[in-house]
Amino acid sequence: MQFPSLELLGQSLLSGLFIGGLYGLLGLGLSLSWGMLRQINLAHFALSFLGAYLTYQLSSSFGVDPLITLVIVAPGFFVFGMAMHWVFARFKVTPFNSLLVTFGLTVIIESFIQWVWTADYRKLESHYADIKFKVGAMYIPLPELLTLLISVGLALVTWAVLRYTPIGKAMRAMAENPKMAAAFGVNEPMLALLLSGAASAFAGVAGACLALSFTLAPSQIYAWIGVVFSAVMIGGLGNPIGPLVAGIVIGMSEAATMAVTAPAWAPLVSFTLLIAVLILRPGKI
Amino acid sequence: MTFFASISRRSALALSATVAMGLGTAALAAPSGTPVKVGGTLALTGPLSATALIHKLVGEIYVEDLNKKNGLLGRPVEWVLKDDQSRPDLARTLYEQIVTVDKVDLLIGPYATANILSAMGVAQRYNKVLIHHTFGIPSLAKYDMHFPTWATGHVPEVTLPNMMFDVLNAGPKPPKTIAIVTSKFPATHFMSVGARDIAKKRGLSEVLYLEWEFGNRDFGPIASRLKEAKPDFIWAGVIALEGMLLLDAMKKIDYPAPQMFHYLPSPGPMLKSPDAKNALAVTIFEQHAPMMSNFGATEFAKTFNERAAKAGLPDTQVDTQAAASFAAWQVLEAAVNGTKSFDDKVLAAWLKKNTVNTIQGPMRFDGPSNYGDDLSKIKQVQNGEWVVIWPRASAKPGVKHLLP
Repeated sequence: MQFPSLELLGQSLLSGLFIGGLYGLLGLGLSLSWGMLRQINLAHFALSFLGAYLTYQLSSSFGVDPLITLVIVAPGFFVFGMAMHWVFARFKVTPFNSLLVTFGLTVIIESFIQWVWTADYRKLESHYADIKFKVGAMYIPLPELLTLLISVGLALVTWAVLRYTPIGKAMRAMAENPKMAAAFGVNEPMLALLLSGAASAFAGVAGACLALSFTLAPSQIYAWIGVVFSAVMIGGLGNPIGPLVAGIVIGMSEAATMAVTAPAWAPLVSFTLLIAVLILRPGKI
Repeated sequence: MTFFASISRRSALALSATVAMGLGTAALAAPSGTPVKVGGTLALTGPLSATALIHKLVGEIYVEDLNKKNGLLGRPVEWVLKDDQSRPDLARTLYEQIVTVDKVDLLIGPYATANILSAMGVAQRYNKVLIHHTFGIPSLAKYDMHFPTWATGHVPEVTLPNMMFDVLNAGPKPPKTIAIVTSKFPATHFMSVGARDIAKKRGLSEVLYLEWEFGNRDFGPIASRLKEAKPDFIWAGVIALEGMLLLDAMKKIDYPAPQMFHYLPSPGPMLKSPDAKNALAVTIFEQHAPMMSNFGATEFAKTFNERAAKAGLPDTQVDTQAAASFAAWQVLEAAVNGTKSFDDKVLAAWLKKNTVNTIQGPMRFDGPSNYGDDLSKIKQVQNGEWVVIWPRASAKPGVKHLLP
């Protein structure tokens, strides 16, 4: 094994930091719905890609700035998330069944994407892609930087809302003990709808970030599931900051592995970390 | 006096008789009877699905065209197509179903090595001829009634790297150092391992060799390692999206690609990307002279371009995938017409003895593992289009190998 230069290691770690931010952003909504609503929402990934395709379409057909597309996509997804939760609540879908139902929804969304945009690759050509900053010997591409900032910003805001606002405290009480919370006047059905809507809106935001940096294909939906699930489980269910921190740890570990040894070893990192966490702190997940 | 008024009664009668005879002849030529069922799968969904659109379109065009003519031996043709979801295990199940439940007369292959291999096992069990497209590892094909229409020759892991290095040596700046980076996707990995051996034998100094798992998301560290290794030439064993992801990652660290070969890239996105300027890749057909004189090329290219545009494909040109797919149908039709039979053993025996004119050129199946001539060519992105630069006899007139 040859030790990499500082420049190579630094640039690789930066790359890992950025992709870790995206893991965290994808994991944020998933963690909230899993930890606080007891819904294991596999469709979160499909929604993210649907958001990415909508960003691509609005941007390439109508010239809308990719970030401005969020003004349309995020509220739309918020409503979709609320509707989805209403259906789940109406039919009393259990956590395990939510996994099956949302898998079905994933397949439907994937088919819809393929029907509209075909299975061929789509690449959003935006002015952001050409901008990068040079700090010393390191390059910082703007789309990745934006993704990281959005991811950190959303995680912190969500954490603050849950911790310091009355509605956030009510949501946490609802997640802890719905019946007791209801006895204290917490409107559990309404809060659950809001939380599900927010989780879906986060998927839309993650989609815009995906479109900024990646070439899109419908089947790519499944490429992210394993590593983001690891980030969510390592970070802790229902914890807005945890998936981001775990995502960054995984991303940087994978990147360091790729910089030092064969890149084929990188996927082992996230799952080894997950197993280690499951063994060492099972109660924290 | 109007034109119609000027026609004499006798002329009108003669014209009517001619039209009636023409219609009668057309009615006689139209296929009739029980349809000939041709069964197969394509990866209509899943990670390989981008390419399936091309194969599906080609199959539809060919079958429509056959049915407009005389079908197969006067019978209409029905294509029984199923979605193998890019999964070899499902391809195997579906081919079983196609043979035992749908009871097809003839099989046509899926594309991509693993799925073809699965279908081949089923074809062997039922003694069916399997004509297939884009099989990447010829040494794995042991069945004596399989017929590949991706004319790579039987040792592409030797012939293709040698051809690539011939191009480089004859080019404006022969490389002295090489980096080989490759996906572990079986067909690309196999070819890259071959390239590694050939590079060593030809005296190129290997400054980097890397492998990644198929489905890798972060190409940043790989790009950084390439930048640090400073190779004169990069052999990228990429498939589909990976080539673009690697180029994107290289762009982000301000590392313009040196001379770079992409094994199985998605051709459409590379054409549109300025980062892929003068990238090299392998092909069997590109839509320009002299290959447009190959059998069936002109008519097919015209229809395919129109239908691909209507289907919303970003790249509407005929290239390797479309040509391999079209050739599979041409070989099937030629064998049936040549033997006047649907019997698999008769068809196989005929194919082993005869040369079939296809869009790729004349194809033989009389070599090891039923492979014939290697019809591979090296192409390059030049001014927003893929053009063949090697071998010179197949190169687009007037083009030459350009440096990035």
